[in-house]
Amino acid sequence: MIDLIGLIVAIPLVVAGVNMLAGSRLASGPSSRRSRWNGWFATGAMTLAFVIAAGALLELLSLPAEERTRIVTVAEWIRAGAASVSLDLRVDPLSITMAMVVTGVGSLIHLYAIGYMEHDERPWRFFGYTNLFCAFMLVLVLANDFLLLYLGWEGVGLCSYLLIGYWSDRPDAARAAKKAFITTRIGDVLLMLGLFVMWVHFGSFEFDTVLGHEGVLPEVAAGTATAIALLLLGGAVGKSAQLPLHVWLPDAMAGPTPVSALIHAATMVTAGVYLVVRSHALFEVSEVALTVVAVVGLAGALYGGLASIGQYDMKRSLAYSTMSQLGFMFLAAGLGFYPVAISLLVAHACYKALLFLTSGNVMHGLHDEIDVRRLGGLRRDMPWTAALFAAGALSLSGLPPFSGFFTKDAILDLASHDGRTWAYVLGTIGALISAWYIARLFFTAFLGTQRYEGHAHEATPLMRAPLVALAIGGLFIGLWLAFTPEGRLATFLEPTLGPLEEGTAGPSTPVLIAISVVATLIGIAVAWSLYRPRNAERWISFPEREPGMAGVLGHAFYVDGMYAWVVGNVGLRGARALAWFDGAVIDGAVNGVGRLALGAARLAPIWQSGKVRRYALSFLAGGAALLLYAAVRV
Amino acid sequence: MPLDNVVFWVFAPLSVATGIGMIVVRSAVHAALFLVVNLFTIAVMYLLLDAPFLFAVQIVVYAGAIMVLFLFVIMLLGVDRGDARNERLFGQRTTAVILAAAIVAELAAAIRAGVGFATRAPEGFDAVNAGGNPSALADVLFRDYFFPFEVTSILLIVAAVAAMVLALRRSRALTQREIEEHAGDDLEALAVAPPGAPEQVREPTP
Amino acid sequence: MRTPIAYFLLLSAILFAMGSASVLLRRNALRIFMGVELQLNAVNLSLVAFSRMHQELDGQILAFFSMVVAAAEVVVGLAIIVALVRRTSTTDVDQAGVLRG
Repeated sequence: MIDLIGLIVAIPLVVAGVNMLAGSRLASGPSSRRSRWNGWFATGAMTLAFVIAAGALLELLSLPAEERTRIVTVAEWIRAGAASVSLDLRVDPLSITMAMVVTGVGSLIHLYAIGYMEHDERPWRFFGYTNLFCAFMLVLVLANDFLLLYLGWEGVGLCSYLLIGYWSDRPDAARAAKKAFITTRIGDVLLMLGLFVMWVHFGSFEFDTVLGHEGVLPEVAAGTATAIALLLLGGAVGKSAQLPLHVWLPDAMAGPTPVSALIHAATMVTAGVYLVVRSHALFEVSEVALTVVAVVGLAGALYGGLASIGQYDMKRSLAYSTMSQLGFMFLAAGLGFYPVAISLLVAHACYKALLFLTSGNVMHGLHDEIDVRRLGGLRRDMPWTAALFAAGALSLSGLPPFSGFFTKDAILDLASHDGRTWAYVLGTIGALISAWYIARLFFTAFLGTQRYEGHAHEATPLMRAPLVALAIGGLFIGLWLAFTPEGRLATFLEPTLGPLEEGTAGPSTPVLIAISVVATLIGIAVAWSLYRPRNAERWISFPEREPGMAGVLGHAFYVDGMYAWVVGNVGLRGARALAWFDGAVIDGAVNGVGRLALGAARLAPIWQSGKVRRYALSFLAGGAALLLYAAVRV
Repeated sequence: MPLDNVVFWVFAPLSVATGIGMIVVRSAVHAALFLVVNLFTIAVMYLLLDAPFLFAVQIVVYAGAIMVLFLFVIMLLGVDRGDARNERLFGQRTTAVILAAAIVAELAAAIRAGVGFATRAPEGFDAVNAGGNPSALADVLFRDYFFPFEVTSILLIVAAVAAMVLALRRSRALTQREIEEHAGDDLEALAVAPPGAPEQVREPTP
Repeated sequence: MRTPIAYFLLLSAILFAMGSASVLLRRNALRIFMGVELQLNAVNLSLVAFSRMHQELDGQILAFFSMVVAAAEVVVGLAIIVALVRRTSTTDVDQAGVLRG
């Protein structure tokens, strides 16, 4: 099955093509039926890909641990003189894990979208884009070299743009799509520069060359490694919406909710984490880069959490939550606990997708209402959705024995044992804030009195089924994968990511567990006291009572506004200066040549007066000049 | 004092003076006459330079034939009155004077560099002029320069024909009406002139 | 001969300059033509002088040919001037600005 791994990419790609080209003919009849045909086709492709990935996983498991890296060559790709890059896919524990997440969660989301997009006019377009996205994402995680990874990277960026702006007639969606693309582009440029340095130094993009293999670190000076690592981190920061390139993620919620779940929770935004974890060897050679990763992650975790508290739009709140959770993943990677970062990635994919899709249920049932101030008491009309949301919330909050606890807590645990007190303290505060914001969403939207008009209709069984699967995964996958160094995932990933060593500094594990549980409970308790049904009036009127604080939180510390000001003023002025330069200097030069020619042309006829005596003067003057030359020379 | 020196120093200033005179005088006829005298002086120079044949030819051809032609045309066209005082072309006078002076200066410099002001010609020319100047010239002419000689003869024929063609005035038959209309006028001029051409020759306008 | 050759050449240069001056300064076509003739004669003089200096007859031959050609040229040139005057009814060359660019 491993040799067929190329099909994982090919099948969604082909189905995407079929859907986009012939999808309108594949289905006929009312739009709801049409979306079902296109959607089932697309979901089938994803499921098939999942089966292949699972098969490859099983085959990998049958091999002894040291041999669990297989490279499958699909074709020769680029040949430029002596250099050549071939299209190789890599099947190793890390890439298979990522592939399982993409195909597994992806299939479930596709299934959900069949019901969600039933009123869409052209569903083949939607499902074509989503399949295309999955194909690119799989290319990204299965690539054996950085160039192919970059291909997938760009591809998912494109699909993200297409899908955020799917409802292209909405100006906010179109703007958000552009913003996403342009912001991640900045990161992409940094990534590209990193690839350039990589090529110059190593002469190759292949993982085995650049990252070393079999435990041997790559031969590269610390300075170069720092440069490459930081540039790669730049790309990761853009794609994973970390500070300072995070501004696109909240706005990207203008896209359809399945898109938010798939791209902006489970898969694309995790590409940055994957990149850092995959390249950890380079980061380790450089002393500085890992610290930067950890700092960026920690800052993002805290920032995202605080911003999430200030959002009244449920999806925006979840978007900042995603940023915060990704920050935790980066923190884990920066501290050197790569398997834990991956396990958080896996768990987060499940429960964040679940949270997004349940908010999708809310939107679907209430005609796109998503502001919690106008929700409330949804558990009565939508019991299933409420229960599923609660499941996701429990997973995220970090209460044992659910996934959040095993993954997020593991990071803090390992940090403390490694002697990183600051990371531990700030991380615990971040965990507290996480519990706070997710409990807030649940209390405000699903409990209390109904603040919306009419009746909200619950999601169809077709839409509920995948959510149930995600809920089970979200709740219990942490337990199954287990966080300890001897845990399943850590052991599985050891050939690629190295052993996970646990130090012995600081308080013992039971103490840490107790602190963590207490922190989570405090967060939930704070949320209860602020947002319980009794205090509905208080928290709804918060923006009027405290406009400053509400503004700061609501606008996420005005980072977006700052960027807009910089681009608008500095950028615009710079652009105007360049435009002036272009018009005056460059155009002026070009036009000036023309004017010069015209002027010269106007000068010339002066001598053609028609007066014979003038001509005679010219003759004699010329003759005198020649005589002068002859006289002087001789 | 050697004779040729005297002759030179008499005729050279005369040459220059007549040249200046030719430029300066207002009447075209007077200018032509000055030119004639100038050509005579040049002929004398030729004599000084041991070229008696050219001396004769100069007088006969240049002064005798060419200048007479000039005078014929001047009289024919009746353009005796001088040019107006003011110069309509800007800077023409100044530039012309400067140019002329420059040419002289440059040539003087070239002469000084090439020949040197003190060099005298070798004493005798008799060896070259063996058998008399015309005879010697004929020798060179009909031997070494025979082809150019033939070509110039063709040239002369062509020139004559060209002159005839250019000066030709075709007359047309006048209609009876025109004869009656223009009774008393110069019918010949009317027959020749293209219809509508002015019949008087205008002087250069002041 | 006791006068240095250079004096003849210098005289030739002066006559040439005067001929050029006549060409440039006069408006009457015939007087311009007379200036051209003076130029030709000046050159002939220098030819003969050089011939004397180099002890060869080639200079005199060349001067001879120059005279012949000058004669032909005068004939044609005067015919042209006559035709031009008939056309424009004036001898002022400034009026004959047909070559204006």
